[in-house]
Amino acid sequence: MGEKRLMLGNEAIARGIYEAGVKVASAYPGTPSTEISENLVQYKDKGVYCEWAPNEKVATEVAFGASVAGVRSFACMKMVGFNVAADPVYSMAYTGVNGGMVITVADDPGLYSSQNEQDTRAVARAAQVPVLEPSDSQEAKDFTKLAYEISEKYDKPVVLRTTTRLAHSQGTVELCDREDIPDKPYEKNPAKWVMLPANAGRRHVIVEDQMEKLAEDAAGFEINRAEYRDTKIGFITSGIPYTYVREAMPDASVLKLGMVHPLPKKLIEEFASKVDRVIIFEELMPVIEEQVKSWGIKCEGKELFTKIGEYSANMLRTTLLNETINASADLSAPNRPPILCPGCPHRSTFYTIKRLGLHTAGDIGCYTLGAVPPLSVIESTLCMGSSISSLHGMGKAKGEDYLRNWVCVIGDSTFMHTGINSLINMFYNQSTGTVMILDNRITAMTGHQDHPGTGKTLMGDEVPAVDYEKLVRGIGIEHVYTVNAFDVDALSETLKRETKAEHLSVVIAKAPCALLKGVQFPNKCEPLPEKCKKCGACLKPGCPALTKNADGTISIDDTMCNGCGLCRQLCKFDAIKEVPVK
Amino acid sequence: MKTKNIMIVGVGGQGTLIASRILGGLAIHAGYDVKLSEVHGMAQRGGSVVTFVRYGDKVEEPIVEPGCADVLIAFERLEAKRYAHYLKEDGVLIVNDQRIDPMPVVIGAAEYPENIIEEIAKNHTVYKIDAMTEAKKLGNSRCFNVVVLGMAAKHMDYTVEQWYEVIGQVVKPKLVELNKKAFDLGYNS
Repeated sequence: MGEKRLMLGNEAIARGIYEAGVKVASAYPGTPSTEISENLVQYKDKGVYCEWAPNEKVATEVAFGASVAGVRSFACMKMVGFNVAADPVYSMAYTGVNGGMVITVADDPGLYSSQNEQDTRAVARAAQVPVLEPSDSQEAKDFTKLAYEISEKYDKPVVLRTTTRLAHSQGTVELCDREDIPDKPYEKNPAKWVMLPANAGRRHVIVEDQMEKLAEDAAGFEINRAEYRDTKIGFITSGIPYTYVREAMPDASVLKLGMVHPLPKKLIEEFASKVDRVIIFEELMPVIEEQVKSWGIKCEGKELFTKIGEYSANMLRTTLLNETINASADLSAPNRPPILCPGCPHRSTFYTIKRLGLHTAGDIGCYTLGAVPPLSVIESTLCMGSSISSLHGMGKAKGEDYLRNWVCVIGDSTFMHTGINSLINMFYNQSTGTVMILDNRITAMTGHQDHPGTGKTLMGDEVPAVDYEKLVRGIGIEHVYTVNAFDVDALSETLKRETKAEHLSVVIAKAPCALLKGVQFPNKCEPLPEKCKKCGACLKPGCPALTKNADGTISIDDTMCNGCGLCRQLCKFDAIKEVPVK
Repeated sequence: MKTKNIMIVGVGGQGTLIASRILGGLAIHAGYDVKLSEVHGMAQRGGSVVTFVRYGDKVEEPIVEPGCADVLIAFERLEAKRYAHYLKEDGVLIVNDQRIDPMPVVIGAAEYPENIIEEIAKNHTVYKIDAMTEAKKLGNSRCFNVVVLGMAAKHMDYTVEQWYEVIGQVVKPKLVELNKKAFDLGYNS
């Protein structure tokens, strides 16, 4: 027996990739998938090349290239990133692979940190790629390795679907050694690799055959497992919901599906014939249910359980066992929403925008928190890169004058992801809007991942950093200004001028994330109560380090204060001073 | 052994992660099956955070559900109130007697509730400790979370020696002795 370790689902997937002999991995960070790449780095000296790509489409194409070249490859992303990667994925279903290729896609039922609740199984089904879904950390590792075998045997990229609960839960995992997978020879083969219509037409026939063969073989896969116990109820389930069934109704029969696309029809028919009542227990969309019903098998699913949010064992107890759970949440507890950290450069940026009364189109990142009180600046957030394109659309809809009191904000990493295309569009189609790049020198929201603008790679190499100002000027945009994000007056002046100007401008509000290693302001802020006029100006940006005392003066928590000096700048009475850090 | 359900709740940045690492390490050390579930990403930014730890002979689901917690460890009072309904009838609350105002309270849109601990104590066994003050006695307030764990230790299934050993594995070498003392402070109070 190998060594046993407690591992996060994501860590176990990384281990599986290592053990499967994978040589190339590319990803863009996204909760809850980020820790896979972060854990892969530990195998960089053991034959695993891994990188952060600027977006998921790029990552998938990198993995495609590595597969064509004959090695096992990997890409990972959160589910909304899978939409960005959809273009190569749909066509890779046709080309197939040379070296095995797996894409891990992490869904987020319950919306812990996402902008929608989409179901990857449905997307992968439309793309005609197989989907495996593990239930715990051990399976996360085992299924990753199995996915490579399936990928190579059936000539398909394989999706390993996880959810937040699996990705961010830890369980025991038994370690194995890395497999020695020899590179496959590359052969020039346009009929397979060049998706011209005529070639693609012939490949489509193969795709249908492959998926049919896989569906037939799936009945014999060990990961699709019928567990017969009491036969009054038989559950068909997969992933984390399987654990809820085992928790709440340990005596019920279960068909545990390790592969959720394509479905093992024969096995499902057999299982349904042996139990009195078939219940399909799947989070989000009725992907399994609709197929099973289409085969004429009587079953229940979304009649009993919601399409919204996460499932639980209590859900089974109340719905099927008629138990009452005497445990309701105390709704009188005030919410504790996530907030911008003390010393966050976005706070002073948003404070400035608010003071100028500008409307703001937002994007995806920490700065999306600029939408919540007390700043409440951001008015729209859709998807990565959309702030710039949507601002452009507003101008075209209402006339360029409409943009005189609008800005859009996008982070440095999100700008690299998909913002740049939108900015090129603004230049090309003659917009006169003001685009703000909030450059905090890192992909912050997902926990500090490097990107092309940071000068460092996932594997820790120092590399030349993309220069934002040069990049933007290279497009042909003349009005580009980099301003210290903490300098409220300078930022204010620049934004006032540029929003009024009838040209396209880019304002880079630059200052590093306060949590970034090595970022240390020389001072901390301290209140001088004797000078305080109790006006509350310092409290307006909503820094969590500041609290109002009963007498109207303020206190600054010295364990939280990062010394960014925003509150000091806002005090007209010099009642806050900066003192050197002890 | 029947699966034991432990929860750690607090405010993002309070060090719940190291606490969950210690509890996970203990379960492995003692030979139990164990699952942990935690929150990353958006929710960590000063928001309410919760970690589930389940151990026993065979653990199925990775989360603790309302009405199922044997021990609820709260690093902050309001968070104890928010998650008190997760406790079993005979479940025990260990609460760090600290107040951290959430943004709605800071900006005056809501009030911080009074008598939180007294209210929960009407229905459950509650042990409270001012772990910040205790930790400051040791000269390092950041080990307050281990003080709280020390107090919770009496309601779990491990020996003091096992706690010491796992603390030794999880915290930085130079902080081991400090954290052992922090554990003792909680355990003996």
